[in-house]
Order: sequence, then C-alpha cells, then structure tokens
Amino acid sequence: MSSEITSSRPVKSIGLHVGDAAPGVKKVDPILIADGVKRTFGGLTAVDVDHVEIPRGAITALIGPNGAGKTTFFNLLTGFDKPDTGSWSFDGRSLAHVPAYRVARMGLIRTFQLTKSLALLSVMENMKLGAKNQVGENLFRSLIPAIWRKQDTEIEVKAMDLLTRFKLDAKKDDYAASMSGGQRKLLEMARALMSDPTLVMLDEPMAGVNPALKQSLLDHILGLKAEGMTVLFVEHDMHMVRHIADWVIVMAEGRVVAEGDPHTVMEDPAVIDAYLGAHHDIDLGADSEHVEALKELIDDEQ
Amino acid sequence: MDWGAIFGNAAVELISPTTAAYALAALGLAIHFGFTGLLNFGQAGFMLLGAYGYAIPAIHLGWPFWACVLTALVASVIFALILGIPTLRLRADYLAIVTIAAAEVLRLIFTTNEFDAVTGSASGLSNYQGDLLALNPFPAGRYGFGPFVFDNRVWFFLLLAWIVLALAAVFTWLIMRSPWGRVVKGIREDEDAVRALGKNVYSYKIQSLILGGALGTLAGIVFVLPRAVVPSYFQPSLTFFIYAILLLGGAATILGPIVGSIVFWVLLSFFSGFISRAVEAGWLPFMTQVQAGQLRFILVGVAIMLIVVFMPQGILGNRKELAFVK
Ligand SMILES: Nc1ncnc2c1ncn2[C@@H]1O[C@H](COP(=O)(O)OP(=O)(O)OP(=O)(O)O)[C@@H](O)[C@H]1O
Ligand SMILES: [Mg+2]
Repeated sequence: MSSEITSSRPVKSIGLHVGDAAPGVKKVDPILIADGVKRTFGGLTAVDVDHVEIPRGAITALIGPNGAGKTTFFNLLTGFDKPDTGSWSFDGRSLAHVPAYRVARMGLIRTFQLTKSLALLSVMENMKLGAKNQVGENLFRSLIPAIWRKQDTEIEVKAMDLLTRFKLDAKKDDYAASMSGGQRKLLEMARALMSDPTLVMLDEPMAGVNPALKQSLLDHILGLKAEGMTVLFVEHDMHMVRHIADWVIVMAEGRVVAEGDPHTVMEDPAVIDAYLGAHHDIDLGADSEHVEALKELIDDEQ
Repeated sequence: MDWGAIFGNAAVELISPTTAAYALAALGLAIHFGFTGLLNFGQAGFMLLGAYGYAIPAIHLGWPFWACVLTALVASVIFALILGIPTLRLRADYLAIVTIAAAEVLRLIFTTNEFDAVTGSASGLSNYQGDLLALNPFPAGRYGFGPFVFDNRVWFFLLLAWIVLALAAVFTWLIMRSPWGRVVKGIREDEDAVRALGKNVYSYKIQSLILGGALGTLAGIVFVLPRAVVPSYFQPSLTFFIYAILLLGGAATILGPIVGSIVFWVLLSFFSGFISRAVEAGWLPFMTQVQAGQLRFILVGVAIMLIVVFMPQGILGNRKELAFVK
C-alpha cells in the first residue's frame, strides 16, 4: 500500500519554522498560536500545551497515542470546550471567550472524530447548510423566497461541484443516515469546505475510509493546500502523515513532546517514548498498531 | 341506537373551532419538537397565556381585540424567553422539565383566590368577546346544513379559527422550506455539527421556541373565544393531547397537526357518543354514565396506540425516515 501512495510524491512545504525544531518552535508565518492552554477533567490533565504555532498554508499533522489530548485540544481551539487557563489566537485575533459558531465564521472550520452527519437531512441539504452568509437564514427574510432563491441556487451549484469531487453526487437526494461510515466522513469534510475556510481542522478524517478512497482524500487535502488553505489534522495512519504532512506535532499526555518535519520527527526519542512510553513492560494492546506503524516508518526512511 | 346523532356529532368535530385550536397548538409543537427537536412540555402554559392575555385586558381595560391579541403575544414571547434563556444552552431534557413546571405554575397562579379580582380564579372570566363580536359578519340566528348547524356566533369563531390556522400553516411552510428551516432541522439532528458550521444555534433555538409558543398562544385565544376562560382547561393533560395529535399526524409536517387534530376530535366524539348511548341502551350494565365519560379517553388512547404502532411516522409523516430512527 505504501508503494501506491508514494507513487506521486506531493510537494512538501519547507522552511516553516525558525531555529531548531523543538516543541513550541516559532513559525515563520503562524496562523494559529496557543499559549499555556490547559484543560483538566477532575484530577486528569487532558491538555497542557505551553506554546504551539501552526504554520500558515501548510499541512500539519497532530499525532499522539490514544488519550493524548488531541481531540480535547481541537475542542479548546474551536470553542467547543473552555480551557482552565491559557490564550490562543487565530489570524492574530484572540479566540478566548469566542463562541464556537463565531470561530467557524472567522474561517476556522473543524470536523469531528465521531462523525456528525445530519441524519434526516439529505446529503444536499447537509452541504447547503455549510455555506455561510446565507440571507435566507434570517427568520424574516426566509419568508420571502425571492430574497434568497438566487443565492440558494448558487450554493447548490457549489455543493454539487464539491459532491462530485468527493464522489457523493449520486447520493445527493438520499438521507445522510443512509450512508456508510466512510461516506459520512467524506460528507462531513465536503460540508466543511462549503464555507471556504482558511483553516480546516480534521479529526481523524481517514478513520473508516477504504484505501482506494483514502488515496483520493489525500489528493483532496493536498488540493486544499494548493488552493491556499491551511490544514491541521489528527491521524493515526502514519502512512498518511508521512505522505502529506509538511509538519508534525506530537502530543502525549496532554503535552507537545516533539515537533518537526515528518521525516525527522519520527527519530526523536521523545516520540518513540510517547508511543511506547509507560507501556514498555506491559501488554501493548491497542497501542501495538502504532508501534508497528512507527517501526515500518523508521524502516521505510532508512 | 341513534347512529345518525353519533356520526353527526362526530362530523361537527371536523370543522369545530376547538379542532382548529388544537391543530394550531400542535403546529406550534411541530415547530418546537418536529422541526427543531425542542422538548416543550408546557404548550398548555402558552395557551393559557393566550386565553388570559386576551381576556384580562378585554374585560378590565376594555382594550380593542387587536391590542388584546398583541398583549397575549407579548406575554408569550416573555414566557418563551424566561424558559429558553437559561435552558437552551443545556441538554434538551432541561427545557422539558422547566416547561412542564412553568406551565403548572402559571395554571396555579390563575387558579388561586389571591388574584381573584383580576383572574376570576377557578371560575375564570367570561363575556370578554364583545369587541370582537361587533365585527361578526354573520346575521343573527341558527343556520347551516346537515349536522353543521350553529348560531352566528359559533360560525364567526369557527371561521376565525380556521383562518388563523391556515395563515399559521402557510407561515410555517414558508419558514421550514427556507434556509432558516434548514438550520433548525440541522439543529434537531445534531446541534454541535450546526454550530461548527458557524450558525448561532442558541439564537435559532430561542427563535423556534418563541414562534412555536406564539402559535400555542394564538391557539389558546381561538380555543377560548367560543367559551369562558377557565384555568382548568390548561392542565398538563392538554399538552399531552396536543403531543398525541402531533404524533398522530406526523411530527415534522405542516398538515400533520391539522389532520391529527381532526382525527383525534372525530374519534373522541364518536367514542363518547357511542359509549354514552350504549350505556343508556343497557349494553354496558356494569358502567355508569360518569365512568363512560372516562372510557372514551381510554378508547382514543387505544386508537392512537394502534396508529402509532402501525404508522409510527404519523398519518402524513415520511415513511422513508423510519428506517433511520435510532
Ligand atoms: N469530557 C471528558 N470528561 C472527562 N475526561 C475526558 C473528557 N474528554 C476527554 N477526557 C480525557 O482526556 C484525555 C484526552 O482525551 P482526547 O479525547 O483528547 O484524546 P485523543 O488524543 O483525541 O485520543 P484518540 O486518539 O483516542 O482520539 C483522555 O484521557 C480522556 O479520557
Ligand atoms: Mg481523538
């Protein structure tokens, strides 16, 4: 499988950081900056990030073992959860106390690890909901179709175009509930793109997507970068990370433990530690998959 | 047994103002529950505000009818805000608890003797429709055809009720087919997903609560116009009957509440006519007339259960949806 993917090597962005690659390293042009963001659940510290910057116009992967705090960090950054302390900004504007819907309107759109398709809406309606600045979404204007009809048609054309790109066009009139898990992932991603975001945050976009479709999803993500979008994604699939990420941030136990380009970061002992970590001597269980992938990756690089 | 009278009385319910009033209240619940996914268990409270919001200024202040309607609607919006602002940020069940309690609080306030001078307490208010009746276009007398023979007053209130219902149905249809409707339906499915797409979910939920509540309030007005305003109409069971009507007709439909209300009232009238005559005729020797009055609700309940079991999407609901109901 890896040979298929590497057949068309994407162009990687380089020179994203200033100084040595280390946790919290400065970026030449950061789009998202988080400082001292901490979130605890009772006694458990889920996220404790001192400083991290996401480079603009690049594809950044956020990796880490299960329970590292990646999803929680996503929730904090997008206003779906509130940190105990800390500040974070997007495009130079502070996001503290900004509700989730306003964060989205600023151009930071996210998807969810547990897919959120709107089950009893058609695929097309799901897509149209993603478009922003719709005049017909105002209660009073909604009463007069003449006001919103034209915009709605334009939105539909755009949605159709995206659906075709994601090979969902044949399903446009079906309920989202009738789609498979992988198709819902695709729909959620396509829907996120309806608003022309500047930063897309994808939480495990590949989970449950079959290998053939994965390849085209990868191409889509690379396409987003080509269009000038910034992508931050969480992923356990190391092949994907290596293939498309320009930059990798590794989290473990809530902290950023390593950063770097995908080829060097894997050699960082802190990363090996993060994945093997405290589990060294006990049964690796669910983590064994990561270890495999990691080994494969290191072999591959040599 | 006088089958003619039984069917005649049942037929009257097809067009009675009460049928229209229940349909209107159910349409409000369709906005809340069917389209937005809000669990409002206090629709009786919104209806009560309609009834008293209209009658109190009419009796005590002599206000014209439009000012009374406006008063009722303002009261209803305030009620919706009081219920919605603290609860709509929380999980769906909090709204359910708060609405059922608030509707009961309202009913008890209007029942207590404390405010008798204003509310008329348990015996309520009557003869507040004078201003509106002055506009009655129907000439005095009793007329009609077949079983539909009413006096001019009833004809007038009947016409008013159906006109208000028709306008409300068109209004609901317009908003639900618009992008606004798309947002609230999205909220019903998963509000976090809609939030992540940049929609102010909280504001949409409050708008929906206000709109559905306002329809409940109008329903309260058209419901009481042909009668006196009495607090005991607005029991929690009223809300549950309206839910039954909504589920019967189809929760996320426009015409469902109307069809549901017609079926509900026709069945209720048919069963009550049938049972009371059956008792009279000695067919049910173990039963008194009072017990028979209760039995009709049991029969309607059974009929509704059958419909829900064999048509869970309601009479007009979309069968396709059923495959995906979790
Ligand atoms: N709402 C919550 N209440 C309590 N603990 C939570 C909550 N959400 C997350 N946690 C805890 O925070 C830690 C981080 O969880 P998170 O979901 O962010 O991990 P993750 O890195 O996304 O893992 P995965 O790769 O499995 O998705 C976990 O230990 C989890 O148990
Ligand atoms: Mg996660």
